[in-house]
Amino acid sequence: MISLAGRKRKDRLFQVLCLIATGIGVLMLVVLLWSIFSQGVPRINADFLTKPASYKPENAGIKVALIGSIWVIVLTGIIAVPVGIAAAIYLEEYTRKKNRFTEFIQLNISNLAGVPSIVYGLLGLAVFVRTFGMGRSILAASLTMALLILPMVIIVSQEALRAVPRSFREGSLALGATEWQTIRRQVLPAAGPGIFTGIILSLSRAIGETAPLIIVGAVTYARMAPKSISDPFTVLPIQIYNWSSEAKEEFKVAAAGAIVVLMVALLFMNSIAIYLRSRSQKRAG
Amino acid sequence: MAKVASSGTRSILRHRGGFSAFVEGAIKFFCLLCALVSVLTTFGILFTLFSDSLVFFSRVSITEFFGTTKWAPTYEPPTYGVIPLITGTLMIAISSGLIAIPLGLLIGIYLSEYASSRTRAMLKPGLELLAGVPTVVYGFFGLFVVTPFLKKFIPGIDTYNGLSGGIVVGIMILPLVASLCEDAIRAVPRGLREAAYGLGATKTEVTLKIVVPAALSGIMASFILALSRAIGETMAVTLAAGAQPALTLDPRESIMTMTAYIVQIAKGDIPAGSNAYYTLFAVGLTLFAMTYLMNVLANKLVKRYRQVYT
Repeated sequence: MISLAGRKRKDRLFQVLCLIATGIGVLMLVVLLWSIFSQGVPRINADFLTKPASYKPENAGIKVALIGSIWVIVLTGIIAVPVGIAAAIYLEEYTRKKNRFTEFIQLNISNLAGVPSIVYGLLGLAVFVRTFGMGRSILAASLTMALLILPMVIIVSQEALRAVPRSFREGSLALGATEWQTIRRQVLPAAGPGIFTGIILSLSRAIGETAPLIIVGAVTYARMAPKSISDPFTVLPIQIYNWSSEAKEEFKVAAAGAIVVLMVALLFMNSIAIYLRSRSQKRAG
Repeated sequence: MAKVASSGTRSILRHRGGFSAFVEGAIKFFCLLCALVSVLTTFGILFTLFSDSLVFFSRVSITEFFGTTKWAPTYEPPTYGVIPLITGTLMIAISSGLIAIPLGLLIGIYLSEYASSRTRAMLKPGLELLAGVPTVVYGFFGLFVVTPFLKKFIPGIDTYNGLSGGIVVGIMILPLVASLCEDAIRAVPRGLREAAYGLGATKTEVTLKIVVPAALSGIMASFILALSRAIGETMAVTLAAGAQPALTLDPRESIMTMTAYIVQIAKGDIPAGSNAYYTLFAVGLTLFAMTYLMNVLANKLVKRYRQVYT
């Protein structure tokens, strides 16, 4: 038998251990952010944001990459959001009773969510770039990215739809509204904040994705901003990757600067999502 | 119940005439098509990987691919032994797991069992932030912060090395392990804990001997999912671990993972139809098979703990 004092000591020891582990996690976050922001923030100025990439690190800017990222994200959203919400509506609203077919689709979606992003890049390369002949274009990249975030958009939309109380639907149907009228006027508005939050999080994941776009063929050195969806392009994470692979110290600083811009954009999007979520939770509770 | 109501609306629709019924049907059909996009994606992935891998394996024997240990597809003469890429990938997975699994489990336990709701409310967004950092940023962190730090303590370590890659991937998957473990532990019913307290157990005894074993399938699932994520990870290892296919267990040396190879080849302008082009898909298929099997296993485990407790 272990003495009571010994057991109590072990009790405290384990609690301290858990606390230390959490502290290490927090420390890692702080070191990560500090090491990047301390190098990157001084590099950011008006020229950095408005000039294209350059072989001279002191002239290098992120304008082209930033515009490329905006193109890709907007087009990805335009493709993935309607398809994702419609798929979620089908799975949650039109087939309330689960059958083998919907279970198959559901399993499929959760499997797709676990596929490494680089595999989507290979799919995009073989199908969009080569077979459909889109070449190294924004369109091919956005379609690839849309397929990548689609499982996430569907899953978060489903969760938001599931959170709408049944009584909303029953009340509407009982008043003689059709299924679609019920979905459009009752269910979707109620699920709106939840869906919106999920979509922002999905898109913020897409902004940071690098690998699939390298595979699909974003150009690594672009001086001209894209003007249409069939133009070649580069995006911010690829610019960061490129500058990180350069030997010169100044490019490393430029990479840190670009990371700061990327992280600030992500933080901004995430805080909107968190704000919306907490507001809708308060309303529900 | 919804069914009763909808048959009622259908009879009203018949009075209104066919058009709105047609619109209703068309919208439902559109939603069905959108749901089928996901099936089509799966089909597309499988078809692409298998068909292009078949072309590859008609040129290079499968025994050379899995049976030899030198990977140099762009050299003259080319060799296609994928083993170094697999060991490189596994080394990253194992070393990142050594960091993320114990830390993540302890953080999960802390968040679920010890932290006050105020501490939790502060820590959770921090974890989410860590989880949302793009992988290329972890690559930068590995190459320019972790590696210089390691160089101070480990003389003779390469600029690109497996250890640095493993560490940053470990940090990257840490939030995933922590939050999934927390969910699994939280799902253990209160009654189990209270029964153990009633028998005079200390909090640690309750946690380690009752709660963690009860949540074990969910915890294991989180480990497997995290390792699968580490295997599929691309940018962090490409930047930090290097591009040197080497059959080595030395974490100080530069290695190459399957994903890093795909990036390296895809970055250059390879002609479609060349052997190098098809290696992308053979390596991609190997990667896909590994992660897919792990995800299926993890999903099975998750289902088990859901069945037990809900």
